[in-house]
Amino acid sequence: MTRAIVIGGGLHGMSTAIHLRHKGVPTVLLEKNVTGQHASGVNAGGVRRLRRHPAEIPLAVAALERWMNLPSLLGRHAALCGFVAGVGQIAIAENDADLRWIEQRAAEVRTLGWTHEEVIDRAELRRLVPALAEHCIAGLISRQDGHAVPYLTSQAFRLRALELGVELHEQARVVGLDRTADGWRVIASRGAFEADLVVNCGGAWAWQVAEMIGEHLPRTYFAPSMMVTARMPRFLEPVVLGIGRKLSFKQSETGTVVIGGGINGTPDLDGDRADPRPERLPISARTVCDLFPIMRRAVIVRTWAGLEACMPDEIPVIGPSIVAPGLFHAFGFSGHGFALSPVVGALLAELIAEGRSSLSLEAFRADRFNSTGQA
Amino acid sequence: MNQCDLAVIGAGPAGMAAATEGARLGLDTLLLDEQVAPGGQIYRNAEGMRPGDFALLGDEYRRGAELAAAFRASGAHYEPGSTIWHVGADGTLGVLTGTGARLISARRVILAPGAMERPVAIPGWTLPGVMGAGAAQTLLKASGQVPDVPVVIAGSGPLTWLIACQLARAGVAISALLVTTPADRIARALGHLPRALRAGGELLKGIGWIREARSRGIRIVTGVTALAVQGEGRAEALTFTTASGRDSIPASIMLLHEGVIPRIHLSLAARCRHVWDEAQLCWKPETDAWGATSLDRIAVAGDAGGIMGASAAETLGRLAALDAASRLGRISTVERDRTAEPQRAALARHTTVRPLLDQLFRPLAGLLTPDDDATIICRCEEVTMADLRDAVAQGATDANCAKLLTRCGMGPCQGRMCGPAVAAVIARAQNVPVEAVGTWRIRFPVRPLPLAALAALEGGLDAEPEE
Amino acid sequence: MFRKMHPPATAVTIFVDGQPVSADAADSVAAVLLAAGVVRSRNSAVSTSPRAPYCMMGVCFECLVEIDGEPDRQACLTPVRADMHVRTVPA
Repeated sequence: MTRAIVIGGGLHGMSTAIHLRHKGVPTVLLEKNVTGQHASGVNAGGVRRLRRHPAEIPLAVAALERWMNLPSLLGRHAALCGFVAGVGQIAIAENDADLRWIEQRAAEVRTLGWTHEEVIDRAELRRLVPALAEHCIAGLISRQDGHAVPYLTSQAFRLRALELGVELHEQARVVGLDRTADGWRVIASRGAFEADLVVNCGGAWAWQVAEMIGEHLPRTYFAPSMMVTARMPRFLEPVVLGIGRKLSFKQSETGTVVIGGGINGTPDLDGDRADPRPERLPISARTVCDLFPIMRRAVIVRTWAGLEACMPDEIPVIGPSIVAPGLFHAFGFSGHGFALSPVVGALLAELIAEGRSSLSLEAFRADRFNSTGQA
Repeated sequence: MNQCDLAVIGAGPAGMAAATEGARLGLDTLLLDEQVAPGGQIYRNAEGMRPGDFALLGDEYRRGAELAAAFRASGAHYEPGSTIWHVGADGTLGVLTGTGARLISARRVILAPGAMERPVAIPGWTLPGVMGAGAAQTLLKASGQVPDVPVVIAGSGPLTWLIACQLARAGVAISALLVTTPADRIARALGHLPRALRAGGELLKGIGWIREARSRGIRIVTGVTALAVQGEGRAEALTFTTASGRDSIPASIMLLHEGVIPRIHLSLAARCRHVWDEAQLCWKPETDAWGATSLDRIAVAGDAGGIMGASAAETLGRLAALDAASRLGRISTVERDRTAEPQRAALARHTTVRPLLDQLFRPLAGLLTPDDDATIICRCEEVTMADLRDAVAQGATDANCAKLLTRCGMGPCQGRMCGPAVAAVIARAQNVPVEAVGTWRIRFPVRPLPLAALAALEGGLDAEPEE
Repeated sequence: MFRKMHPPATAVTIFVDGQPVSADAADSVAAVLLAAGVVRSRNSAVSTSPRAPYCMMGVCFECLVEIDGEPDRQACLTPVRADMHVRTVPA
C-alpha cells in the first residue's frame, strides 16, 4: 500500500494531501508551525489568470475552473473561502509605456491560444472602475477572475484535509530525510514517519528539505508585505494590479481595502516570521493615493508580511526530485501560488499515482536551474 | 526633531519624571504624548486645575501640577498631540501629528503609556451610556463635566470608591455602588495589613473613600455578580445577581470598572518579551530593576510595566532615566546606583500596599468569560462569545488564530478591548492557563495611520532598494 | 446626559450634524458631544448598532466621528476648534 508524507502545511501541501486522499493514499502532513501561516494565509487572495507567466497560464485557467467548483474539492467547507467570482482582475495603464506593454502582452497571449486577457479602453476602464484616477488610460482585463480570503481558504483546506483522513501534525519540523528499502524515513521534531513517497511543499524552507537529500535548489525567498484599511463604503469590485509600479489592490467583502504588490519586508527564515518595514510602505501608499483619490481619506489599521520562496525565473518547481525517486516538489510559487493551489495538488496526485499529469509540468522541472541556481 | 538621545513616550507621572530626569542628566530628551497637555490619565489637565478643584478631586492631584512644572522647566523637548504608530527595536519611532507622519531615531526609548481600565464584557455593554469609571473621571478632570442624571457604579477596585465620592461631592445622584469584590477576600487581604500599614497614606486614603461613600448614604450592594445592561438603543437598566437573587436598577449612565492593566501595545509592537503577572492577571513587559526590557534600546516605566500606581510611577520614570544616562555614557553605573538610592527607597514605600490591593481586588475567575453566549467580546467587529467558542472548536489555539477566523482584534482598537477576554475564552475552552494562549502579534501601525500621512512619510524611502 | 460644572473660560461654536453647538474651547470633541446631550455618536461598522464614547482615553475607538470631512477621528483625543464640523452620521 502506497503511503505518502507531505512536508509543509500551506495550501499546496494541503491540496496535495486532499488529492492524494481522493486516490485513497494514506497521507501524513507535517507542518513546522501552523497550517497556512507563512504565505497561503496571508497573501492578497487574488484568484487570477491575468498576467501569468506563459508556463503558468494553463494551470491558472484550470485552477479557476476548480475555484468555480469549490464544493467538489472542499465539500461543505467551500463557502468558508469567501471566493468572489467574475469581478475581474485589471492591470492599469497609466501612460503610453504601460499601454504598449498591455498591447504586446495581449498579442502574446492570443498567439499562445488564450482569449481570457483583453485590452479595454478608457471608457470601459472607467465603467468598471469608476473610482480610478482620471489619468489612467487603458487596462488589461481578465473578466472572470476573482479573489478569496486567504486565511479562511487555508482553514477550509485544513478542515477538508482532516475530514478526508489526512493525519496532520503541526509544530512538527522536519529535520532529516533518510532513504529506506521501501521509501523514506522522515525525522521530525514530533517523531519519525515512514512512507513510500514524500512531497516537498516547504515554501521558503523547501530548499532546506531538498538539501537533506543532497538536492541543491535555489534558496531565494522574500517577505512581501501587505496593509489593510478600516472598512470603507464600497467603491471597487474588480481587483486592480499596477503595471509600471507595484500594486495589488482590492476591496474585501467586509469593505476593508487590502493593499499589496510585493513591497519587501524583513524575512527571518530561522525565526519563522517576517515583518513589514515602515520606511518602504510610503511608495505603496503613494501609488494607491495616485490611482484612487478616494484612498486619500483611508486609514491603515494593520500591516503584515509573509514568507515565501521566490525562484530565479519566478515560476515554481513542480515535479519529481532530480536526485531521488519517490520524492516530489511543489514550491517556489514566488508570490502567486494562492490561486493555483486547487490544481497543483491535483496534478501532483496524478503524477504520483499514475505517473503522468494531465497538464504539462515541463516548465517547472527541478533540473532547469544551472549550478549557480539560475534558470 | 528627528533624532535624540532619549525619547519618552507618555506624559503621565512616569513619563514626566523620566523626561525631567533625563534632561537634568544632560541627555537630549524628547517627550511625546498624544494628549494636548501633560499629565497622562491620572493627572489629566494637571496644569488646568483651579484651587477649588482639589476639594472635589482630592489633594493628591496637586502632584500632577508639580511634575508638569518641573518637566516644563527641565529643558526637555515636548511634542504634545503626537501619536506613536511604530516602535522599532532599534529605537526608530513612527510619529503622527497634525502636520504629518515621520520616523525619528532615538538612542534609547522609555515607553510610559501607562494603564487602561481592564475591559470586561457584560451583556449590553456596547450600549450608549455605558462607560468606564475612568471615563467619568476624565470628564471630571479634563472638562469639569459630571452626569446630570443618576448613575450606577459597578465593579471592583479603588477607583469605584473614589469616583463615587468625587461625583457625590459634585452633587451627582448615585443610585448605587454595586461591588463585585468578594467579601471573603477582605479577610485574606487583611493578612497583608501589618506590612501595608507601613505604607500609611495609600491605604488610609482608600479607607477614607469607603467611609465617605457610606457616610453620604450611597446605596452599596456587595457580593454582586452577573452584571448585564438592558436597554433599546441606549442603556436603561443594570441588572445583577446577589445572594438575594436577581435585581435591577434603572440608569442611563453606568460606570463599570474592574481594575487597570498595563497598556502593552507599544511594547508588543517593539517585540519586547512579555510575562504573565498572575497576581494582577495581566501581561506586562519583562523588565529589570531599571525598567530595561529584553531589547537593548527599549525600557518601560510606570504602570505600563505593571500596575504600581502614580507615586511609584514617578520613581520608576527616574530610575529608567538614570539607567538611560548610564547606558548612554553620561554617568557611570556607580553614580547611577548612588543617585538611585532615594528613588529605590521611595519605590519600596509606594509599593508596600500593592500586594494587598492586588489580592483584594483580584478579578474573579470567569469574569472575562460571561455566561451569556450572545455577549459581544470584540466591540469593533461584534464578535460574540459564541463566535469565539466556534473558532476554538475549529482549531484556533491562540489569539492570533482566533483573530483570523472571527475578525476579533481586526477593528480599529486592534484588540485592546477584547484581548484579555479572547485569551480567557480560548484558555478556558482548551483548559490551559491563560499565559499559554499568548498575546496578539502586533505590528505597526500601533494606532491607525492615515494612508495620506504614510504616503508623505518623512523619513520614508522614495524607491525600493535593490536586493 | 452630562453637564458642565462651570461656564467655559472661552466658548466657541461647532457644528454637529449641521446643527450649531456651543462648546468649551478647552474640551475634546467627545466631551462636547456628551455635554450637548448626544447619546449615539456613531453606528457600529458591522451592524449599525448605536455606539457612544466608552473610555475617554483613546483605547476603545468607540468615539469615532467625522471631523471636517475626515472619517474615523477619535473624538476624545481631538480638541474642538471654532467652526469645526462634526458628523455622527455620514452626510
